[in-house]
Amino acid sequence: MAYNCNILLAGFGGQGILFTGKLLAKCAMELEKEVTWMPSYGPEMRGGTANCSVIVSDERIGSPIVVEPDILMAMNLPSLDKFENSVVPGGTIIVDSSLISRKVERDDVNVVYIPATQMANENGLKGLANVIMAAKIVHTSAFIDYDKFKDVIRAMVPAKKAHLLEPNLKAADLGYNF
Amino acid sequence: MAEQKVLMKGNEAIAEAAIRAGCKCFFGYPITPQTELAEYMAKRMPKTEGGVFLQAESEVAAINMVMGAAAAGVRVMTSSSSPGISLKSEGISYIIGCDLPCVIVNIQRGGPGLGGIQAAQSDYFQATRALGHGDSYAVVLAPSEIQEMVTLTAKAFDIADKYRTPVMILGDGAMGQMMEPVVLPEPSDAEKIEKTWATSGHGNKREHNVVNSLYIEPNVLENIVKERFERYATIKKEETLYEEYMTEDADIVIAAFGITARIAKNAIKAAREQGIKAGLIRPITLWPFPDEVFAKVADTAKAFLCVEMNMGQMLEDVKLAVNGKKPVSFFGRTGGVVPTPREILAEIVKLSQEVK
Repeated sequence: MAYNCNILLAGFGGQGILFTGKLLAKCAMELEKEVTWMPSYGPEMRGGTANCSVIVSDERIGSPIVVEPDILMAMNLPSLDKFENSVVPGGTIIVDSSLISRKVERDDVNVVYIPATQMANENGLKGLANVIMAAKIVHTSAFIDYDKFKDVIRAMVPAKKAHLLEPNLKAADLGYNF
Repeated sequence: MAEQKVLMKGNEAIAEAAIRAGCKCFFGYPITPQTELAEYMAKRMPKTEGGVFLQAESEVAAINMVMGAAAAGVRVMTSSSSPGISLKSEGISYIIGCDLPCVIVNIQRGGPGLGGIQAAQSDYFQATRALGHGDSYAVVLAPSEIQEMVTLTAKAFDIADKYRTPVMILGDGAMGQMMEPVVLPEPSDAEKIEKTWATSGHGNKREHNVVNSLYIEPNVLENIVKERFERYATIKKEETLYEEYMTEDADIVIAAFGITARIAKNAIKAAREQGIKAGLIRPITLWPFPDEVFAKVADTAKAFLCVEMNMGQMLEDVKLAVNGKKPVSFFGRTGGVVPTPREILAEIVKLSQEVK
């Protein structure tokens, strides 16, 4: 069966949701897979929440919009409330448990609770909770080799912002090893 | 070595492809969901040789700047989204009347009026029937992948120059905003067609050229319009483009363009898993419309289903092309709502039971 993974990333604007999607999309390119990245840009974004669909596949991709995610990353409560029931049975929900106090109600999905925002703040990595979450997605889904994932991060940090590379890699380690 | 792939938004990909196709002038005015195109041009164009980016005071000003640059023989582009295209309408008609080449991008949003900012396909009629007043058409290209946005942008400039006509790239908010990996072509260094008609200055070395759309004498105007329609006939013969997907044995054939066509492909795969033979005809040129493929497939298909993000516009062209040979039904979402593969599948299943 051809590989196909529908990922939905959701949270507040400013948490780096779209960047997380781009990071995963670049991982898919590294693996020479087909990939689409589709942001929300509508009223919901202007109201404060942001989400992003990423589809990774061996085959050419039709609809770029993820309706039934295999993996849901929730970085705020409204996102978990809105998308919990859309995850496919057997799918995975990764929850930033420092921002979402409730538990996932379903028992037919895999759930990972990770206090990413708190971990970022405690380690001087403010604003990098999204990279912690992305690394946890990589760890949980095993969709890319971790060393390759770090290579993708290295390639994404521009030379002008080289000072951001170490914090990003540190955030990735924290997420991957959690 | 594998070709270098880059991850780009549709809006950015059109802009970069235009620059690589030799576009030297971009005039525009911001509007969601097209703005990244102008933003990209603002960054890149001044760094290219002879490149001009100008944010005009309005869409009306922008399209008239396009007319000026086109008259001077320069490859020129403007972009907007639905309400902005309506504002450009007068200028587009003048450009057609003057037989000037240019590329106009419409990254559609819901309408009418200011409508919304989400993806829609509700400017199909405007694009294919009435981009401007008068007996006029423009070539309309409808990409459904970001890579195709790149190739069709280059093609748009070539068609525009070859036939001295505006060419519209008709996208939508989803195609403009989404990213896919693309391979970009090498920049083409020179414009391929010499523009002997351009009003570009010549130092009194030849008779002066005139670019004009005003002809007071009816017989003169009639002849000019008829000559233009001969060119339209050539365009129809030479430039019509479409994609057939699993139509060979298909009972139910979907007609869809742009983003909707790729969503329909998911539904077609799912239908085939249920044993329903479904297929797709995807017009790539919306004008000229690929009538012949519909007429051909109508001999073997049992029914057509037109799927659009509007209330049924291309539907009319599909019905004309199928010409009563087989029933044509319609499924659409509008106002910025994007149909899901599941919804389209449900329509296919329903239709397959009706035509059994």
